[in-house]
Amino acid sequence: MTDVTMTVNGKTVSGTVEGRTLLVQFLRDSLGLTGTHVGCETSQCGACTIHMDGQSVKSCSMLAVQADGASITTIEGLSDGGELHPVQAAFREHHGLQCGFCTPGMIMAATDMIRRHPEGLDENTVREELEGNICRCTGYHNIVKAIMAASEAVNTASSRAA
Amino acid sequence: MYDVTYHRAGSVQEALDLLESADDGKFLAGGQTLIPAMKTRLAAPSDLVDLRHIAELQTISVAGKTVTIGAGTTHAKVAANSEIGSVCPALSHLAALIGDPQVRHMGTIGGSLANNDPAADYPAAMLALAATIVTSKREIAARDFFIGLFETALDEDELITAIRFEAPEKAGYGKFPNPASRYAMTGVFVVQDGETVRAAVTGAGDDGVFLCSELESALSADFSAAALDGITVPADSLMTDIHASADYRASLIVAMARRAVTMAIG
Repeated sequence: MTDVTMTVNGKTVSGTVEGRTLLVQFLRDSLGLTGTHVGCETSQCGACTIHMDGQSVKSCSMLAVQADGASITTIEGLSDGGELHPVQAAFREHHGLQCGFCTPGMIMAATDMIRRHPEGLDENTVREELEGNICRCTGYHNIVKAIMAASEAVNTASSRAA
Repeated sequence: MYDVTYHRAGSVQEALDLLESADDGKFLAGGQTLIPAMKTRLAAPSDLVDLRHIAELQTISVAGKTVTIGAGTTHAKVAANSEIGSVCPALSHLAALIGDPQVRHMGTIGGSLANNDPAADYPAAMLALAATIVTSKREIAARDFFIGLFETALDEDELITAIRFEAPEKAGYGKFPNPASRYAMTGVFVVQDGETVRAAVTGAGDDGVFLCSELESALSADFSAAALDGITVPADSLMTDIHASADYRASLIVAMARRAVTMAIG
């Protein structure tokens, strides 16, 4: 067993894990952050997507010990608890979900995608960038719409702030 | 997965020492292949030596035409690096096609090369660019590095530290990705530099990446997509699996070479 300490959603957390404990298990089972989902467990579906040090990664394809010392954001940490994050709001507005299982991973992937494309997003780019996230309900149309709308909202807000 | 003891190395020397003292240790780069392989028990090392925090493996340098990429550089960083993009945009393009964004944030060039998956993208680029694989012990020419399926010239206690190549005048990469995995069902990397033409094929050979002489002789005479009209590649030593037959892959090689040349000419 190994002791790990990391920042999760802005708070320092510690725990004791086995070498083989996956990061997603640590988040869900030890910290109770069950918003991060386990879908395929073979690193294809992206339901477990979180941010590590600001970048999207699949938390089922890494060990908790690999994240020792890192800063992690999960879906629970995206908004401060009051208003929805613009990406969450856009998924609601554009009905970018049906069963909702893939949604946390979609939203974490989308937030990272928008960060990496401050110039804005077109439909092709969004579809290509969603390569690592699978949705079995929606046919992706409304997810793509939601991400494009969120990209505009986020970029407008940041240009206002500047 | 079976339990495993994790170690984090801060330097190349520390990584080598940790591996030596382990019972049946393995280096862990981005882990995008190794962790899934451990989950299915295809791999069951006793110890993992994490390389992700070794600063000396993370450097990228472009000096004139000489490109040196630290083995720990992620696919995302290779794809986004503007210096690599200006001297060898085909390599940036290739890196941006690997897996998906989440995988590219973790997976590294050294990890991909050491694994030598027969459908991985980087081996084709290394072979066509006649790159040098720099390790903790020596320098290995790409043509001597890739031995067979998941097999390289690396010793058990040897670590890739960097790759180095001279950027050619022209290069391009054409890839037909498996629609589910994004691994290459066939990928062709072409290079033209003065009189030299090289065309390396991944995802198709039944013994891993290879240089394709039929493509190279056609393109040496005339480096254009039209030069590939009517060219056939024998299917004898190509792979047949649930995704495609050897014959289909043989025709994909020519089709992807055409795309690669079109990109190279720009």
